[in-house]
Amino acid sequence: MSAVSTGREPSKLRTLGTDFLRGVWTESSPFRLMIAFCPALAVTTAVVNGLAMGAAVIFVLVGTNVMVSAIRKIVPREVRIPVYTIIIATFVTIADLVLAATVPQVHKVLGLFVPLIVVNCIILGRAEAWASHVPVDRALADGFGYGIGYTISLVMIGIVRELLGSGSLLGHPVMPPGFVTWRVMLQPPGAFLTMGAIVGLFNLGSRLAKERAARRLERARGSGAGVTAATTGTGAGASTAGLSLSN
Amino acid sequence: MSFSSLVLLFVGSALINNFILSRFLGICAFLGVSKRLETALGMGAAVTFVMTISGAVSWAIQRYILVPFHLPFLQYVVFILVIATLVQFLEMVIRRYSPSLYEAFGIYLPLITTNCAILGVALLVAGSDYGLLETLVFSVGSAVGWTLAIVLMAGLREELEFADVPLSLQGPALSLLIAAIMSLTFMGFSGLVPAS
Repeated sequence: MSAVSTGREPSKLRTLGTDFLRGVWTESSPFRLMIAFCPALAVTTAVVNGLAMGAAVIFVLVGTNVMVSAIRKIVPREVRIPVYTIIIATFVTIADLVLAATVPQVHKVLGLFVPLIVVNCIILGRAEAWASHVPVDRALADGFGYGIGYTISLVMIGIVRELLGSGSLLGHPVMPPGFVTWRVMLQPPGAFLTMGAIVGLFNLGSRLAKERAARRLERARGSGAGVTAATTGTGAGASTAGLSLSN
Repeated sequence: MSFSSLVLLFVGSALINNFILSRFLGICAFLGVSKRLETALGMGAAVTFVMTISGAVSWAIQRYILVPFHLPFLQYVVFILVIATLVQFLEMVIRRYSPSLYEAFGIYLPLITTNCAILGVALLVAGSDYGLLETLVFSVGSAVGWTLAIVLMAGLREELEFADVPLSLQGPALSLLIAAIMSLTFMGFSGLVPAS
């Protein structure tokens, strides 16, 4: 059990907690880290489908991260990408077979997008950027974080699309009886519309938070106190853990 | 497998079941590389090349190796390795013959490997009962449709550079909203072919 060696030594639990939360919030896909759109658009016609896809992604992501981390010291650098790809493809094959055996209706709806988890950028991205450099426990935390973050995003989109497109949530009718369902929400245009709207809302939120932090900094400077800025924004809609800690 | 059925297959895969606007395949590249027309065209050409060859190779592997030897579970592993190899080869060729295009692509060239559209084509032809010619027509048609969507988006985004877009909607949010309208438009093609 190797401790993480930094200058000051945060507790093991705190490090793992940070690793976990990074994927859940600050770098969650597809809204903050703009990747892995395809399944988010395709399978979110109902919340339950989003949950199933999320579960599959968590399984593959955690499995891949753990395995890549476990063998990181013996994989030659030149062949690491093909090795990771084979690991991912194997886990996806397992997930696909398990889904087909246990929940065949859901598996049918997810269709092509379960095997397409193989090319889900989150998984290869985390393997290359993180799991191959850190011990197994941190890779595990990271995998769960990103997986759960992705699942939350899928469920978010699914809630909007199912509510407006079928008037239900998780299969139970929720909207009042007179509600005419917006069928377009279940179809491609509705998917793009929902994504665009949510990304726009995230951007708005980030921008407002940044402005608020900047104003706070001005006031602190004005009063002569030494306050370090809480934000470093990069790119559209990205924000750091410091931002999520402030109310 | 008459000529007209092949034409229908082509039109179907390019317009009616457009890979981006209808099947949701290849969205990341669609959003990432659609800022300039030349880059979009270049990406479309690269994807067409990879998609056609990997589609045909995947079809052949499925029919002549995986099925006869009872190895269907190796499908995903084998297909992605085929695609990765092709993209690596393409990268070497582009780097040699057009360094400027190589620069323009940047990180998006190796990312073609993770383009859902390419693995999507491989899986779709493997799961179908197409012959080789139909596979080729389907792959090329899908790639042409993909290229069409990305080029349309690039053209629109170039025009929109002079428009007054609200701050929160700039960037990917706007692309997604444009894609929504494009998708709605392409849905009009669905009446083109009798129920297939």
